[in-house]
Amino acid sequence: MEKFRLKINKKKYQVEVDAATPLLWVLRDELNLMGTKFGCGIGQCGACTVHLNGSPTRSCLLPVAAVAGSEITTIEGLSKENDHPIQKAWKALDVPQCGYCQAGQIMTASALLEENKAPSRDEVREAMQGNICRCAAYNKIEEAVLLAADENKLNS
Amino acid sequence: MRHMKATKNIERRSFLKTTLLASGGILFGVNYASAISNEATLFDADEKLNFHDFNAFIKIATNGKVTIYSPNPEIGQGVKTSMPMLIAEELDVAWGDVIVEQAKLDTEKYQRQLAGGSQSIRKAWKPLRKSGATARQMLLEAAAIEWKIPKESLFTKEGYVYRSDGKKISYGKLVEVAAKLEVPSNVILKKPKDFTIIGKGKGNMDIDNITTGKPIYGIDYKVDNMLYAAVVRPPAFGQKLLSFDASESMKLKGVVSVFEFDNNIAVVANNTWTAFSAKKMVQAKWSSDGAIDGTSEMDQKMHQLLAGESFKNWKTSDDVVAANEEAEFVLEEIYESPFLPHNCMEPMNFFANVTDAKVELVGPIQTPEGSRKNVANKLGRKISDISVEMTRMGGGFGRRLNGDFVVDAAVISNKLRKPVKLVYTREDDMTGGVYKPCVKYKIKAGIKNNEVVSYHLKEAAVNWTMYRHNASNFPFGAISNYQVDVAKIQNDITVGFWRAPVSNFLAFAEQSFFDELSRKLEVDPIKQRLKMLAAVNRKTNYSVQRFSNVIKQVAKDANWGKTQKNRFQGFSAYYSHSTYVAEIVEIEMIDDLPVVKKVFCAVDCGVVVNPTGAENQVVGGIIDGLGHSLFGELEFEKGKPKVNNYDRYRLIRMNETPKVYCSFIESDEDPTGLGEPTLPPVSAALANAIYAASGKRLRKLPFIKDWELNIS
Repeated sequence: MEKFRLKINKKKYQVEVDAATPLLWVLRDELNLMGTKFGCGIGQCGACTVHLNGSPTRSCLLPVAAVAGSEITTIEGLSKENDHPIQKAWKALDVPQCGYCQAGQIMTASALLEENKAPSRDEVREAMQGNICRCAAYNKIEEAVLLAADENKLNS
Repeated sequence: MRHMKATKNIERRSFLKTTLLASGGILFGVNYASAISNEATLFDADEKLNFHDFNAFIKIATNGKVTIYSPNPEIGQGVKTSMPMLIAEELDVAWGDVIVEQAKLDTEKYQRQLAGGSQSIRKAWKPLRKSGATARQMLLEAAAIEWKIPKESLFTKEGYVYRSDGKKISYGKLVEVAAKLEVPSNVILKKPKDFTIIGKGKGNMDIDNITTGKPIYGIDYKVDNMLYAAVVRPPAFGQKLLSFDASESMKLKGVVSVFEFDNNIAVVANNTWTAFSAKKMVQAKWSSDGAIDGTSEMDQKMHQLLAGESFKNWKTSDDVVAANEEAEFVLEEIYESPFLPHNCMEPMNFFANVTDAKVELVGPIQTPEGSRKNVANKLGRKISDISVEMTRMGGGFGRRLNGDFVVDAAVISNKLRKPVKLVYTREDDMTGGVYKPCVKYKIKAGIKNNEVVSYHLKEAAVNWTMYRHNASNFPFGAISNYQVDVAKIQNDITVGFWRAPVSNFLAFAEQSFFDELSRKLEVDPIKQRLKMLAAVNRKTNYSVQRFSNVIKQVAKDANWGKTQKNRFQGFSAYYSHSTYVAEIVEIEMIDDLPVVKKVFCAVDCGVVVNPTGAENQVVGGIIDGLGHSLFGELEFEKGKPKVNNYDRYRLIRMNETPKVYCSFIESDEDPTGLGEPTLPPVSAALANAIYAASGKRLRKLPFIKDWELNIS
């Protein structure tokens, strides 16, 4: 067991866990940040996606020892008022069905828009292909990312 | 507590009771079960109501806010939005003023508190509306008393009662008077043309919780001092635990206990990661009584079954054997489908806290009532000791109808007498059993004078046969000489419901076969289908007109037969879990593999309660069905699943997803469900498109194996 200082959603935390513990389980079991979801544990489904220094990263494979000192953002810290363009678009189009994978979808999509303000449809489809949705809400997710990128449309 | 049996003559009282709340406001206790069952058990009439007495209810606060408790479990099918919409419509409140909460399990008050078979809306359509309408009548009555004018001159709108002179009073101000009134027995429901909420798209009630990551799923549930459990199960079906060594696991800091139960090993720790890590370190020895089948052995046995005579007959009309003898030619083909795991994105999990006084169960389950019974039997506890709280579910797809993991959680908590959350790894989830069964169909049809004169379907399956009622679906009624027979082999692999049980593959076999028949007859498949429907001359479980309408609609939407160059279409239509569905899949072949470009779908589900949710279900069902028909397969070797996670089990992803266009037929018919109906037809529509494009007929799922077409 070791102590780690973490910076998550602009807040400082200290945890005492085994150094190999993936960030996902530190978030969920130690810090009660339950929005980040467990799906596969091998980085294949994207349900556990967080931002690590702004990049979309699978937290299920990421040992906590590797992220001390990094800026971590989870779904809980994406916006203060649930008003990130991606969150607004998700609501406007009523994207989720069961909703379980959506935190990961939202974190991947918001990271894409940080990097590419106006992605094409094909760029969206490519960027989002690491996130599985068994309800297959893919059509709506695709439209919502494009809608979020188009601020005028989103606010109308 | 005294109970009495309800009979029809006390339905009025049993249906709805009211009480004033200490916090202000009124509680309308809705026993919607009694509206559909004459046998509902009721509390004594004199008993005071409180929140625990009635879980299905409408609560109106003095400030006008309305809370509606949604009875059925939410698995992503949208009932937490659509069921309350039925109540709000007849209550006549502004949807924006409605708060929805999930009700707990309460068999005294509800019937069919489960999610499955696309039946929630169909069965709740009248009872839930009636509950809203009854409450509204009482509020009208209260306004009439308040204003001392006849009730008939008043009307309601968005949470207010209005007088003809425009003066209004809010429901919140009327609740105290309304609560003391006699409950009316016969209320009139609105006509569909007067609906203001039903038929208008409403967003998911949990949307804000989902987009901000609130802990609403079972896997998020947590209490103080809770332990985390993982379970080691037999690697192959049919194996027995001989012995195990947990000494390495126990060395890990945070491991609390490792013990055997029910041919499994429980590993309990103070967090999930430690439990998962310790589980991997358990050394277990397993054995079996003899050789356990793998996929190839099962395939062989099923083919032998299909070639043999040991069938059970599910349906016979006229004489298929004689008709085949007189036929000019017969077409006979075999269609095959694999086992499929459900792969809910939220792995199986459940919370249990077993103490001397009570058993608390919390988590994602489609069958709360059945699971409680199983836990009661297993632990030897009274049903009344056990409470079940339903969380939102990260998918169900039928897997959560089977509450094996609920019992496991309870057994583990019972042993330790501590609160425990059992969590499956993805590998546990995929290899732990309860799969869509492996099934093969042999279909034989005779043709004479360009007519299909006979139809004989034989099923061979592992551990499961189709329901008898499936045998009454189309083409029964359209072909006079008709027969359905079933047979199965049995082994230790556990099977169960999987989204659109039976029809998920039966529709593939039949809808592919009809396409083959049309090609043989050299008739356009849609023309052939409409002709067969027009020839129906028996009483059928489907309406010929509604079935024909969806087919005509989809042909129009897809511009059937007039695609652009290099695009190819396939058609399929199915009377699917009480809903009519017709689909056309449009593909291109790229490097000899199909790329699905568009899917058109026409649906008749009667009144569309929530168009937004309905579209989500329809589109999702189609893409889910496409993904599984393209890639889905769980193979076995000596009883052991060959893959266990998404690195080798392929689910469809966004870059492989077509755009889906859906049309709903306008209708005043009572609504039917949408969680399952659009999935069954799509695999055949795709296979038929692949045939149109390549001349290759795919009769075996999945269509793509080892990056090539899977041609049997």
